[in-house]
Amino acid sequence: MPMAAADIEALIKQGIPDADVSITDLAGDGDHYAAHVVAESFRPMTRIARQRAVYAALGGRMGGELHALQLTTAVPS
Amino acid sequence: MTETAHTRIGALVASNDVLLFMKGTPLFPQCGFSSKAIAILDHLGVDYESVDVLQDMEVRQGIKEFSDWPTVPQLYVKGEFVGGSDIMMEMFEAGELHTLMHEKGLVAAG
Repeated sequence: MPMAAADIEALIKQGIPDADVSITDLAGDGDHYAAHVVAESFRPMTRIARQRAVYAALGGRMGGELHALQLTTAVPS
Repeated sequence: MTETAHTRIGALVASNDVLLFMKGTPLFPQCGFSSKAIAILDHLGVDYESVDVLQDMEVRQGIKEFSDWPTVPQLYVKGEFVGGSDIMMEMFEAGELHTLMHEKGLVAAG
């Protein structure tokens, strides 16, 4: 089952409370999303650690029901 | 993950300087993320090997645990996990992927 954009956003914010999340539905099919996650708490983290934090927030859905999530991370400028 | 999967993946990673675990082959990638990863490696002009996880269920499952990373593609350089296609793209755009390959002696300066 594909996930709704709002659910993805809610899960990420739940796991990373200071995150600013923007979700784009890339194909308009509710299945291929891009997520851009900006969080101050990412600052000391490597790229890998930032993405792992987002994947952890998604609670194992990544690679499963969420098979096509393009993910970029950043710290507030 | 089975012990043989761990051993096999470890051996693959150790014996290839630049190794991409992907869906499909460089010529016929079977997913957009793998396609993007291949395009980046080709653009860097680096020699690489690839493993098609669709042809190997043991590696397909095992690699996720091996790297603690839920998705494919996955790039390894000199035995180190670099990331998936999104990280590859971020690093490529920042010039960091070229710097990494250059530091490891895998591509000429430029």
